[in-house]
Amino acid sequence: MNIFNAITIGFKEIWAHKFRSLLTMLGIILGVSSLVAMSALITGMENGMKESLVQMGGIERIRVEDQDIPPYQSHLADQAVGNTVNDVYALQQSAPLLRAITPEMRTRNATMTRSDKRFSSWNFVGTWPSAIEINEHTIEHGRMFNEIDDENARNVCVIGTAARDALFGSPEELGREINPVGEQINISGEIFTIIGMFKHYESEQEAKKRELAKSQPPPDPSTVQRSRGRSGSRSSGGFVWGYKNSTVYIPLNTMWLKFRAATGTENMPDPRLSQITMKVRDINQLEATIQQARNVMMITHRGIEDFSFQTQENWADQINSSIRNARMSGGFIAAISLLVGGIGIMNIMLASITERIREIGIRKAVGATFSDVFIQILVESMVIAVVGGIVGLFASEGIVRLLQMLSPTENTPVITVDAMVVAFAFSLVVGILAGIFPAMKAAKLDPIQALRYE
Amino acid sequence: MALVEVRNLSKIYHLGGEEIRALDDVSAEIEGGEFISIIGPSGSGKSTLMHILGCLDSPTHGTFSLDGTEIQNASRAEQAKIRNQKIGFVFQFFNLLPKLSVLQNVELPMIYSGISASERRKRAMAALEMVELQNRTKHRPMQLSGGQQQRVAIARALVNNPKIVFADEPTGNLDSHTGSAILALFKRLSEEGRTIVLVTHDPNIAARTTRRIEIRDGKIAEQVDETLAGLKPR
Repeated sequence: MNIFNAITIGFKEIWAHKFRSLLTMLGIILGVSSLVAMSALITGMENGMKESLVQMGGIERIRVEDQDIPPYQSHLADQAVGNTVNDVYALQQSAPLLRAITPEMRTRNATMTRSDKRFSSWNFVGTWPSAIEINEHTIEHGRMFNEIDDENARNVCVIGTAARDALFGSPEELGREINPVGEQINISGEIFTIIGMFKHYESEQEAKKRELAKSQPPPDPSTVQRSRGRSGSRSSGGFVWGYKNSTVYIPLNTMWLKFRAATGTENMPDPRLSQITMKVRDINQLEATIQQARNVMMITHRGIEDFSFQTQENWADQINSSIRNARMSGGFIAAISLLVGGIGIMNIMLASITERIREIGIRKAVGATFSDVFIQILVESMVIAVVGGIVGLFASEGIVRLLQMLSPTENTPVITVDAMVVAFAFSLVVGILAGIFPAMKAAKLDPIQALRYE
Repeated sequence: MALVEVRNLSKIYHLGGEEIRALDDVSAEIEGGEFISIIGPSGSGKSTLMHILGCLDSPTHGTFSLDGTEIQNASRAEQAKIRNQKIGFVFQFFNLLPKLSVLQNVELPMIYSGISASERRKRAMAALEMVELQNRTKHRPMQLSGGQQQRVAIARALVNNPKIVFADEPTGNLDSHTGSAILALFKRLSEEGRTIVLVTHDPNIAARTTRRIEIRDGKIAEQVDETLAGLKPR
């Protein structure tokens, strides 16, 4: 008997017991589709996490932050100067492994107002023009301030869309995009001119949703409009996106002279930076780069180690390990459900051969060998598993949609070919394993006893 | 050399420590083209003998050859091949596969001998014509009468052109009229040159064959060859 005949018989046998076969297949269908869907959700999550890491400058970004002076240097505390713009100049001069470097000076109590509207940014920063490159910003309207603006400590600012939405109104509310460049606003009593605005940062999912909403007719004006959250639905995105959109950049000198006067000594505002942000030239030399920067800063700080380097490697490691854990546990559960499906197949194959003992006896009497019977039963079991596996691959699409409906996530699930191949191969293996024992049992039957079986 | 040569064949079962000799030192020969019956009461060992001769069972002691092959030396796979190529079975309860059509039932042995689909169909149709069921090919066995089912089984037994056909109580499940028609069919096939071994407990049926081997308590009790006695033409 050739394999083609065996497969034909397998399909006929399944067709002869449609309902029973369907129930049996259901275990495999659910196992395969949950394996693929689980992987799709986690891949989506991974993409979302990596996207936000890139939005925050990727792993090439290093921050230098203040640190408590180590105990063995505590007697030098009054000589510590903190991180200042001098460190930035020194690093620019003497740390060639750095690609870009920018000082950042923040204040928490800056309130932006325009007529009766107010906005407090989480990310109100005085910095250099290079911040735009290091922090992965893109200008949508106007321009970034330049060295001359900084030199003269001009009252200019570049804002994110969250500030625009709060002060001028969001496109969702107004139905059109407002370009605030050239407008004047009040920041804590000083008049500033907006000279640029960043583009709106959002995840792919958000962008898609917005596109979809655009193509649909506008909502019925008779229904009550309400705004969810502080700055409309646009900030409902993840933390990273909301943080980036609320960015307001002003020149470093402006920040220093206008917002730090209160905290300095009598004749000079506080010159300490909140942090220094830099990017390495080559990620493979991250260690060497940090060492170089440390050496430079140990000189400018006169040996007092009141600074520390923060990389985003931890973040990247965290992403990898949490994704690995999610994959492990999700894969384990899906594999168990596939295994249960396999047990279902074995169960039904055992019932099936008990029903067909006489048939097996007849087949043996007319010349079926051990391997003929073995292959026939094994192929039947594999056909159930393979058909179940194929249906499961299609069903996984539906399961992913269902899960998205039940819990809308930030991240679009991505069904990968890898996951499909693994799930399908797994269903095939389960089909073979489930078939071996019943096939062995059937093939070993003694023809005389099988023929006499009632 | 005879088609079947049986030498000192024994089959011993152990049942609860007790030794049961189903066959005890049986020797016999069957020539090609013979129409022969193995007769005996139930429990006499006639079915055991048929099963051993049909390669469905193996003897405890002794040897036998079929068409020049020493069967006791054959592997299980070789025995399956011999059943497929050289032996045809007709059973009391027909033993057709209920899910297959008449034609598919007759094709079944050829599936295991690797014959192409078109050739299978051709030969199955020819076999069904031989038993005059060529216009019942699409029916299921359950849609046929007992006699018709037995004729399908005979067509299946003949389809691979075997050296020998074993029929185990082929009329046991039929009324006397239909049974008689089936015996007439066997008679006709025998006249066409086929070797047929009829296993029965009924002396009236055995009387219609040219030679009888009577088995009692696992031993050959009597061999009657009516052609030798001149009672019947061979």
